[in-house]
Amino acid sequence: MPSPLRLCVRRSPASGGSGAATLVTLRLPSEVECIEEAVELVTRHCLAGHDAPHKTRFRLQVVLSEALSNAIMRGNREDRGKWVHIRAELGPEIIQLVVTDEGSGFDPAAVPEPIRPEQLDEANGRGLYLIRKLVDEVSFNEQGNSICMTLRRP
Amino acid sequence: MSFSQTKDASGVAVLQVEGQLIVGNRQELKELVQAALDQGERRLLIDFSRTGYIDSSGLGALVSISKKIREAGGELRLSGLNEDLRSLFELTKLDTLFAIAETPQQALASF
Repeated sequence: MPSPLRLCVRRSPASGGSGAATLVTLRLPSEVECIEEAVELVTRHCLAGHDAPHKTRFRLQVVLSEALSNAIMRGNREDRGKWVHIRAELGPEIIQLVVTDEGSGFDPAAVPEPIRPEQLDEANGRGLYLIRKLVDEVSFNEQGNSICMTLRRP
Repeated sequence: MSFSQTKDASGVAVLQVEGQLIVGNRQELKELVQAALDQGERRLLIDFSRTGYIDSSGLGALVSISKKIREAGGELRLSGLNEDLRSLFELTKLDTLFAIAETPQQALASF
């Protein structure tokens, strides 16, 4: 069966004019079974041509998996008629990943910290916390259906 | 990504996570553990020596599994976490919830 993922890669002038950047876009259906393949594809492009330490690869894999999982399950509520869009801008110094779903969005400020003792036994609620801990910058669009994660290359 | 299950000579059920433990396969691990409990297993080890990465759904599944095993009067140990995987448990304070050994051998000896 052909992969339902749609990948596009192009080289473009970096924003700010500090050298060439690669823009990678990927569209995937709202199916959790697609997450692992999408993570591997995007991670491979993010690190191509860079001698990245294992830690960078690991962080990319985890935060991408988290963002896609949130987009598919909470954003699109696994509606197979909706898509998740990844846009990765890969510059010489930073990796910027934007994951957007087609849901109505959420308020990231309303998500509680999951590390209080009474929260430890909870099965859910660690995704956004992990993303914040593993990347250098996180921001959301106003609607709350698009997360932008920035990692500085070591 | 897959799981394998063996039984140690001392009778401990050993589950190995090969690849990732993420939202797409966490249910499979939960079902494997439930089946082991149903078969009477009460000492379980989950080993991550061959694991790539874990997401928060995978961590959440481990929390649920730990609760189930406790409720059944059993014991759970984790082993084989490399530095990156261990950092996920430390960041989320889950290292305080689980009994974590460096190697499967050390985990088995601790039952």
